[in-house]
Amino acid sequence: MLFAAPSRMISLSLPDLLIIIFYFVMVLGIGLYLRSYANTSKDFFLAGREMSAWVAGLSFLSANMGALELMGWAAAAYQYGLLAAHFYWIAAFPSMVFLGLVMMPFYYISKTHSVPGYLQLRYGESTRALSGISFALMTILMSGINMYAMALVMKVVLGWNIHFSIWVSSLTVAVYVSLGGLFSAIFNEVLQFFLIWLGALIIPILGMLEVGGWSGLVVKIHERMHSNDYVHLWSTLGSFSGNPMGVHWTGILFGLGGVIAFGYWTTDFLVVQRAMAARDLRSAKMAPIIASYFKMMMPLIVILPGLLALAVLPFKLVPETAVQPGQYSYNEVLPLMLARYCGPGLLGLGVTALIAGFMSGMAGNVSAFATVWTYDIYQPYIRKFETDAHYVRVGRWCTILGVILSIATAYFVTQFKSIMDYMQALVSFFIAPLFGTVLLGMFWKRATPKAGFWGLLAGTLSSIAMYALVKANPAYLAIIALSPNAKDMAENLYRALWSWIICVLVTVIVSLFTTRKPADQLKGLVYGYTEIPSDRGLPFYQRPIFWGAGVAVFFAFLQWMFW
Amino acid sequence: MNRERHMLPVWFFIGVLLTLYGAIILATALSEMSHPPAIVLAKYHAGIWGGILLILIGGFYTLRFRPRSGEKKR
Repeated sequence: MLFAAPSRMISLSLPDLLIIIFYFVMVLGIGLYLRSYANTSKDFFLAGREMSAWVAGLSFLSANMGALELMGWAAAAYQYGLLAAHFYWIAAFPSMVFLGLVMMPFYYISKTHSVPGYLQLRYGESTRALSGISFALMTILMSGINMYAMALVMKVVLGWNIHFSIWVSSLTVAVYVSLGGLFSAIFNEVLQFFLIWLGALIIPILGMLEVGGWSGLVVKIHERMHSNDYVHLWSTLGSFSGNPMGVHWTGILFGLGGVIAFGYWTTDFLVVQRAMAARDLRSAKMAPIIASYFKMMMPLIVILPGLLALAVLPFKLVPETAVQPGQYSYNEVLPLMLARYCGPGLLGLGVTALIAGFMSGMAGNVSAFATVWTYDIYQPYIRKFETDAHYVRVGRWCTILGVILSIATAYFVTQFKSIMDYMQALVSFFIAPLFGTVLLGMFWKRATPKAGFWGLLAGTLSSIAMYALVKANPAYLAIIALSPNAKDMAENLYRALWSWIICVLVTVIVSLFTTRKPADQLKGLVYGYTEIPSDRGLPFYQRPIFWGAGVAVFFAFLQWMFW
Repeated sequence: MNRERHMLPVWFFIGVLLTLYGAIILATALSEMSHPPAIVLAKYHAGIWGGILLILIGGFYTLRFRPRSGEKKR
């Protein structure tokens, strides 16, 4: 049975509107308050490097909770079932802990301002330029896509004008980030973290009460879908055709857990910047580990609502590209569930959680863009020897420029049908090969400056070429994803894997034929030439490795429980 | 002297906003006790429990991290 969709899904009452208005007042107030604390470049771009492990960790995760993270993965859970949780579990455990325990010391000890800055120290200017420009491009595209997605949701869910949503949210982000820099972005991200959790938590609590717990949920999904494939993590991944995602376990393990997750969490400056803002090395190492615990709990407020919707909604949702009048798309599953359980007041909190999610993602992108543009493009190539105050001014203007470019991108992407498709494509173009370059740079002394550049370029171009090939002729999907039964998600995973392999191979081959850097220039940058302070003097419960091991146990338990 | 020591901690801002939200949600839910909204499981009065929880969390953070005269705040 299909319910006729009204022009808006949710009608807000006065308490709901008050909650949303107070949120905007608070984030702008925080920006104004922090204005006087962000006067030097260290303050503006790195939050003074004085954040505690908890603040840096929650901000680290919150910067990732934007985009289509909440809406998109709830939709994916409705579409693919529990398989979507892989993007929170195997995509969190090894990579975030690896960043904290192994890679963070190199970023932190080298005292670099950014990931492209690290590449400049390790490989040289050309690799920094390539990475900086591609990162700046990616952040703007991502930010614009986020903004458009939010405006679209607000239009469908609340009936708000799409231009109103784009301009109000983006101008708010522009004001508070340009005033307080990374201080302001981080403060607001931690605030947004609380709002997202508290706003969305009501769905799993009341949902589980309604269906009678996990066993009741499994029974109801089986009744509705006539399949058990929706409630298992690994047992259906033996073949491409045996699960709703159309993916093989190798794609999840190596493509997602190996390349995409490691690439995203360890080299995407959007998130790494938050850990770099920590007050000392131990806090910087703890930040991603703290974040990983909450990342692994995120399925509670993202995946479970999607599964609950499968069990309780009296109508079926359809893909975004196939929505007819009177139907809802997968992407609307979270607002639908909010409307199901939340009365006035709680509904306002839930909608504020969605707005907060989108704004934290955008602020993360814009602050990272301002840093990379100022430090890795403007300072080395445009105005080299200016005062610190000059670069702070440039950073403030870059924030505004980044927002304007994001708005332009938001209008540009309105012509594309599948937003998720383009987001995944951007990750595989820029992040997967970058991970190969950074990894070899940190752990292989022999990697040469020329190899770093050519490896990164080859990986990026090959990824773009694979994407274009499949767009031009979908038959190539079977070759790239290794099976005629592979679906879109499998293509994303395998494209990232291939582009990483190509980057690594090219880097290794070119390194063997070109001149390496002398050892004294690699100190503090490469494993074997870097003295990493030991945590052994700390009590065991303060050591990052202790908490990293805890994540491993938590991860193993979840895999066993939902196998 | 470290300027950071004079900055209000983020937890204080969180506390203030959550307390305010809790008060709004609790007041709204109490005013609707006699005519609950048309939602699933309205009988559990989630607004009341949610409002109380937010006030408790927000109140804790507000009091714990409130600015105090003559004391360094970080």
